[in-house]
Amino acid sequence: MAFDGPDPHELLRPIPRREGARFAAGRIAVFQYLIAGVFLFLLSGFWELQVRNPAFYSERAERNRIKALPILAPRGRILDREGRVMVDNQASFSLALSRESLDEEQLRALADGLGLDFDDLVARVERFDRTHPKYEPVIVKEELTPGELAFVEAHRGDARYPDMELINAHRRLYPRGGVAAHLLGYIGEISEAELNLLEFVQREPGDVIGKSGVERQYDSLLTGIDGERRVVVDSIGREREVIGVKEAVPGRDLRLTIDLDLQAVAELAMDGRRGAVVALDPRTGEVLAMVSRPAFDPNRFAGRIRSKEWRALLSDPDKPLLNRAIQAQLAPGSTFKPIVALAGLELGVIGPDFRVTCHGGANYYGRFFRCHRAGGHGSVGLYRALADSCDVYFYAVGNRLGIDNIARYAEMVGLGRRTGIDLPGEAAGLVPSTRWKLRTFRQKWYAGETISVAIGQGALTVTPLQLAYAIGGLAMGGVWRRPHVALNAGRPDEPHRISLDPSHAEAITEALWAVVNDGGTGLRARLPGIEVCGKTGTSQLASMRALRNRELAEKLKDNAWFVGYAPKHNPEIVVVALFEGGEHGHLAAPIVRDVIKAYFDKKERRRSGRMLAWRKPVPASRR
Amino acid sequence: MAHYRSLRDMDWGLMALTLLLCALGVLQIYSATHGTEFRDAWWKQIVWVGAGAGILFLVAGVDYHHLLDRVPWLYGLSLGTLVTVLVVGDRIFGSKRWITLFDGFRIQVSEPVKVVIILLVAQYLAGVKSDRLQVGDFLKLCGLVAVPALLVMQQPDLGTSLTYGVILLAGVFLAGLPARHWLAIALAGAILLPVGWSLLKDYQKARIYTFVNPNRDPLGAGYQVIQSKIAVGSGGLWGKGVTQGSQTQLRFLPVPHTDFLFAAFGEEHGFAGVVFALGLYFLLLMQIVQNAQRAPDRAGVYICMGVAALLLFQLLVNVGMVIGRMPTTGLPLPLMSYGGSSTLAVFAMLGLVNSVRLQRFVN
Repeated sequence: MAFDGPDPHELLRPIPRREGARFAAGRIAVFQYLIAGVFLFLLSGFWELQVRNPAFYSERAERNRIKALPILAPRGRILDREGRVMVDNQASFSLALSRESLDEEQLRALADGLGLDFDDLVARVERFDRTHPKYEPVIVKEELTPGELAFVEAHRGDARYPDMELINAHRRLYPRGGVAAHLLGYIGEISEAELNLLEFVQREPGDVIGKSGVERQYDSLLTGIDGERRVVVDSIGREREVIGVKEAVPGRDLRLTIDLDLQAVAELAMDGRRGAVVALDPRTGEVLAMVSRPAFDPNRFAGRIRSKEWRALLSDPDKPLLNRAIQAQLAPGSTFKPIVALAGLELGVIGPDFRVTCHGGANYYGRFFRCHRAGGHGSVGLYRALADSCDVYFYAVGNRLGIDNIARYAEMVGLGRRTGIDLPGEAAGLVPSTRWKLRTFRQKWYAGETISVAIGQGALTVTPLQLAYAIGGLAMGGVWRRPHVALNAGRPDEPHRISLDPSHAEAITEALWAVVNDGGTGLRARLPGIEVCGKTGTSQLASMRALRNRELAEKLKDNAWFVGYAPKHNPEIVVVALFEGGEHGHLAAPIVRDVIKAYFDKKERRRSGRMLAWRKPVPASRR
Repeated sequence: MAHYRSLRDMDWGLMALTLLLCALGVLQIYSATHGTEFRDAWWKQIVWVGAGAGILFLVAGVDYHHLLDRVPWLYGLSLGTLVTVLVVGDRIFGSKRWITLFDGFRIQVSEPVKVVIILLVAQYLAGVKSDRLQVGDFLKLCGLVAVPALLVMQQPDLGTSLTYGVILLAGVFLAGLPARHWLAIALAGAILLPVGWSLLKDYQKARIYTFVNPNRDPLGAGYQVIQSKIAVGSGGLWGKGVTQGSQTQLRFLPVPHTDFLFAAFGEEHGFAGVVFALGLYFLLLMQIVQNAQRAPDRAGVYICMGVAALLLFQLLVNVGMVIGRMPTTGLPLPLMSYGGSSTLAVFAMLGLVNSVRLQRFVN
């Protein structure tokens, strides 16, 4: 150490025992600075946490402390017109995850444990993440089975699994066997696309909404307001106190115009068939029954439908998701004839004595148009022409009217536009005209095309609902009321009225009565003691273009239509049956008859006051 | 010799600071434990403080030179006890640190050993006659401290064994180790670091990883740090009030009456309370350093500075941990944290400081 310079303190070295701290005075000073430094270091840390960022940490302390558990509001029930429950709720459990300390590994463990799709799960959590504060738990699985419940209970508090919470939920319970499935619709988690729709503007990702049918149309009415239970929890998740409960406001029950009894009869009559039935009360526009077949089971959608199952439904060539009652657009065939007759009478094209002789066909514009009865009907007036559905007669009427007159009357009775029923996705059908052809194909109308339209073929398409609406209004003598499925849903609209010559309406009514009751084509719709009127129709699939799918088109046979109403005067019910591939209209007639019979049977029973002894009606006969 | 000393000459300022800090500690222990299984910890702590004060006066009344003369005995006794604890000690939270003296009364032996290490270092360095510490002497002292330190590390208790090292470093620093030797120590440290790392237990490695990034494992090792920072930060400027801290009361804060007591204090008393408490600690340390400066001989300087260095280190590590600036170690906060062994050991050290002070009036 020779090179070390002499320390000044050492030069002034005092008595050894008294030297005290002088040997290290400088180093003690350094130590004092060190103390000061340590304190500044620590204080700066507290400054950073407590003075600069207290709000950040306060919020996290609150989040630690307070857990918000949703109380799910039950969706309103859907009832039929007599208050019988069609769609109910059943208590079930949903699994919610706290997202504050959620990681991928835990999600994977959960997906494995519950047999969920991991990617689905992650996507669901991420969707929720974007819009919800971190302390709100995300619901990842509805309707836990007892096995799943046991799994959740067994793994709660296990760090390898997410922080799991069971929430009381309400499972939607739909009628079995797809009864009224299209009408009622189903519910599901809101999709990205739906989030951008105006009608769901108040909804958030993760919400369950009505996806179709009544569930969608009246979603805001049926949806309740979820409540919330805010609880203080300690570090191991034990609830210490409840600091606030916001009770859920249940959704409101919705009463439909549907009569479950008629619905059941119509469903049974259509069982195993493809097509639709619509029953309307033409006096009010109330829909009494609406069936579309093939159907699906909305109960499968009530929870989370697996994508595989969903794709199968979408790609089914029979299109089970299509609500044929309002979405099938098919040529009406001969059921269009009363409207052509009306146009002819109103415009004076056919007088009371107008007759046509049918030889099984007629030539127009260089083409032979056949009548469905090859032997011909002989000389027919309006009465027999409608009763026996003589095509040749209507070729003549249509030819005299011209397409635009036909189109005018078709539109007047409600074809070619939506009826405005309170259901989503209604189709408008199509009423061809010269303007339509010019606009759509940039071609002029050929007079030959008019001949086809006159018997309800060609480009003309209608939905079953439109047909019921049109014929119902006609039967009412020119008063059309907007069809609707919700009972007492606000003030009824002003009806659409046309002043018709009563004698013209009467002539058509008489002829439609003859269809069923005077040796006409609708004999099978006959009911003793009830004056059923109606019209058969067979559409020859000229509207294949509308279906687009060629394979499907080839598979299809002719569609059978029947539209019937009763009684003859002041009708109370109008029923349309569409039996796809039914070959001939008279095969659709018994379906209509069954529904009308059920209606009057019920009315009779009610009048005789034997309601208690009443049994579910069974179709009189089925074929 | 005793008649030369009088109570009047005790460091009453130091005493006041000490008891004030203990009072804050007792209050916080009460707040953090009321309604829990540790609810009677606060009055137990009062008993410990009372006992500590008794020890302080007892030690202050003894000439520290007598104690220095008995260092070999004390050192031997310490090693014996540390070996004993490894063999028959009670295992709590996975480490063997405690010996049950009689029913329900356990002592953490590594705490009183701190006092012995302070005496050992003081005695050894005061005995070195040269003005600059020789390498040989330095290494010998290192060896003497390393033996109990390694024994404590076996418990395992890394934090406490480090405190022994700190006493040694403080002494060596004061003794004047040439710069190149400091460089050599640093170098040796750098070489030995990976070796030391491999000797660490998994949980200790995890703690260091977690210190670097607490969010790495928010529910495991990082949980404590995150919750502690939330507690402190949410306290804000004025705190939430005694027994009102949600982090403390709902047990989000781990062990809020011992290792994380200062986080609970920060939550309930806010930045203002923290400044006050740290201010008291600062004055306490400065008072001890002042006693060192007025010590009658080198041994007295080493004793006081050893105490100061040890307290500073524990303060830095414990409070630093609470605000996430130091890794999680099981070091208690001197005077405030609940715990008999720690409290008694600190009071014994402060007794030593008073003993040094009283000796300066001799002759």
